[in-house]
Amino acid sequence: MISLTDFLVVSAALFCTGIFIVLTKRNAIQVLIGIELMLNAANLNLVAFGKYDRLNNGGQIFTLFSITLAAATTAVALAIILNVYKRYKTIDPSKTDSLKD
Amino acid sequence: MTMVKALFYLMSFITLGSALFVAASKNLVRSVFMFFVTLMALAGLYVLALADFVAITQIVIYVGGILVLIIFAFMLSGREVLTGLQQQESRFISISKLPALLLAALFFIVMLNTLLKVDANNLPWVQNAIAQKNIIRPGDETSNNIGINLMGLYLLPFEIISILLMMALVGAAHISRKEKTL
Repeated sequence: MISLTDFLVVSAALFCTGIFIVLTKRNAIQVLIGIELMLNAANLNLVAFGKYDRLNNGGQIFTLFSITLAAATTAVALAIILNVYKRYKTIDPSKTDSLKD
Repeated sequence: MTMVKALFYLMSFITLGSALFVAASKNLVRSVFMFFVTLMALAGLYVLALADFVAITQIVIYVGGILVLIIFAFMLSGREVLTGLQQQESRFISISKLPALLLAALFFIVMLNTLLKVDANNLPWVQNAIAQKNIIRPGDETSNNIGINLMGLYLLPFEIISILLMMALVGAAHISRKEKTL
């Protein structure tokens, strides 16, 4: 069988890729994709540990909730990004730096 | 090397490779479609972790919902968003990526060090679960048990999540509506 450490290493690598994307990308949609990658890395850990909880399914159900929350987050974040674009004509996070014009 | 092990390495290779492609590519549309590949391979990893219901949910919600939402957001919102994005992406100097690369690599080293020290297979509660046979085996039907737990033990979090999801969707519709005064 696949050991837990393998899953944890893959998840750590995925998380660090997400951090790299969040830090380097210059538009908000790609930053959002980086955040989703980090969320998925956490989900992979939950699922891998959830194998050792057959009665209560703690890990898998927590993953289901986390996926649902990610969907809600994405909907709100995309609405905000579209509004930011309407107001500033750019979605570069480092350029949208004024609160009210 | 068994078949499961080989499939695991293949899936993790696809996952990490496409994630790195998302990080490296300058084209927004291409990176979104590579993110699609990452999510599919992650669903494969979930199946290998014996969580088939979560894998299906991942495909339905992430690939069918979130990704389509992201693609909609920049395909339907006019061409100027896309062209504006491409212009921003073109002036990209690679020296500015260096601190981020350093941070991510150092963080990875720290996490890897911790993971190898923890030795997750010999944790007390994992050993306890193995001793009590509280472990999912490859032939088990898990979705049955997940449904019963979702309506029993985890009923309160389930309802709270549903209210929060509704609030988030109403809020998103409110933010993105057209209006004269704000």
